[in-house]
Amino acid sequence: MSANPRSWDNIRAQFPILDQEVNGHPLVYLDNAATTQKPLSVIAALDTFYRRDNANVHRGLHALSMRATDDYEGARSRVATYINAAAPEEIIFTRGTTESINLVALSWGPANLKKGDVILLTEMEHHSNIVPWQLAAQRTGATLRYVPVTGDEGLLDLGALDKLLTPEVRVFAFTHISNTLGTINPVAELCARARKAGAISVVDAAQSVGHMPLDVQAMGCDFLAFSGHKMASVTGSGVLYGRRALLDAMPPWQGGGGMISNVDFQESRWKPTPERFEAGTPNFGDAVALHAACDFLDGLGRGRIAAHDSDLAAKAYQRLAELPGIRLIGPKGERGGLVCFSFKDVHAHDVVTFADEDGIALRGGHHCNQPLMRRLGLTSTVRASFYVYNSEEEIDALVASMRRTIKFFGA
Amino acid sequence: MSADLSDLYQNVILDHNRRPRNRGRLPTANRSAHGDNPSCGDQCDVFLRLEGDRIAEITFDGSGCAISQASASLMTTQLKGKTAKEAEKLYGEFHEIVTTGKEPEEISDLGAFAGVHAFPARIKCATLSWHAALNALRDDPAPTTTESHTD
Repeated sequence: MSANPRSWDNIRAQFPILDQEVNGHPLVYLDNAATTQKPLSVIAALDTFYRRDNANVHRGLHALSMRATDDYEGARSRVATYINAAAPEEIIFTRGTTESINLVALSWGPANLKKGDVILLTEMEHHSNIVPWQLAAQRTGATLRYVPVTGDEGLLDLGALDKLLTPEVRVFAFTHISNTLGTINPVAELCARARKAGAISVVDAAQSVGHMPLDVQAMGCDFLAFSGHKMASVTGSGVLYGRRALLDAMPPWQGGGGMISNVDFQESRWKPTPERFEAGTPNFGDAVALHAACDFLDGLGRGRIAAHDSDLAAKAYQRLAELPGIRLIGPKGERGGLVCFSFKDVHAHDVVTFADEDGIALRGGHHCNQPLMRRLGLTSTVRASFYVYNSEEEIDALVASMRRTIKFFGA
Repeated sequence: MSADLSDLYQNVILDHNRRPRNRGRLPTANRSAHGDNPSCGDQCDVFLRLEGDRIAEITFDGSGCAISQASASLMTTQLKGKTAKEAEKLYGEFHEIVTTGKEPEEISDLGAFAGVHAFPARIKCATLSWHAALNALRDDPAPTTTESHTD
């Protein structure tokens, strides 16, 4: 390995999984919006932790437990700096984006929502930012309202926002980058408008956190949710960021060990944030991996990652637009690192099966965006999503594979 | 193209996908059922006109991949004129074909689906319309979903 293992020059060598053939072709991994691959440094961090430091955290008085606690709390601090949170206590470790949003919806929700209140979402939300709010609405009598999307270009209809952000709106939850459209929403503006209207803001950062610089204080969001496995870390671990004042006022959503200050037979008192929201043995091993992933991505430079991924997506969009019978969805201009499309006469799943034959990993389906797909009159689309190790040559392979598939089906 | 892929996309399947038979709603239907494949969003409605115990007419409508559309189309040609009992038996054969790759005992276009067994993720595509048809025959009002059965 070269002297600088984090340089862009040997980027593919840092992801050992990429060095394989699939169906006789070099693997072209373009399913990064579903999950990204893991670099050697993240795999090594897990390996080291389990070889040397593993023990249950907190309360432990022995050397390994203290080491593991330091590792776990060190990861919390690292994540706080990664998104520029004001303090590590504003970082709650969860299983992922979905659990983070459920935590807000089911802890903050019942404590703050009542009949007549409105939860404002957008039509481009992933199921994980719709269904938890439906559960909160059912429990509290609040209702759901959606900011529309402007057709195939997939931008939020900001003109409609003033009419929708009425005083009844208590929470505005929206995605930073759409996992289907690639739209990059103006987060700071949306958070500011929510706050002005008296609503809290919840940002789904699953598709942005591993791809660009994030600063929760500059964004002005109240909550932000993301997963580790979409940012070069491992599955099963994610984060909820929350503003301290809001977290301190929220009741626990799960009870158990680790989150209490005192337990009696009839009732208990709980710890302050973040422990209050981390009942049971936390996932400290994967937090260590997340720490390594933050270091890895900052080593590459997140501004440069954003430019790389958006550039590949723009090039793919241009090249795919030349294909007969293709319908591309999402913004023509600035977009996140993915493209989504469908063909007039070939179903997405057939396209994905044929691409796999060429060693190309794509995703076909509704991408957990069923309401949006219905709104656009689609049942399924093909998605190619890019990350730091993808190249323009891989776009060539993608386009060539699409041409072969179209030809086969005589479309 | 690999042998597996050309086995999957046989001419019979491509033909039924391009020119689906008995597609559309059936105004005279006295039974119908809806099927969903939640993991991929495929949908299929099956409409039947039963005369006594026999399927006098059958159509389907829906959206999905070539495998699911061809399977629904071919199914309608195979089930027309059959009784409920005969339909269940035929599905048993079809299920064995798509899950094991076994060729049918008698020469039948259903054999075109033997290649599906090499693509386990696609078995549900092939069986969705059959589940909807069997539900319609059983007069089961609950929409069928590929998550509620093991294939």
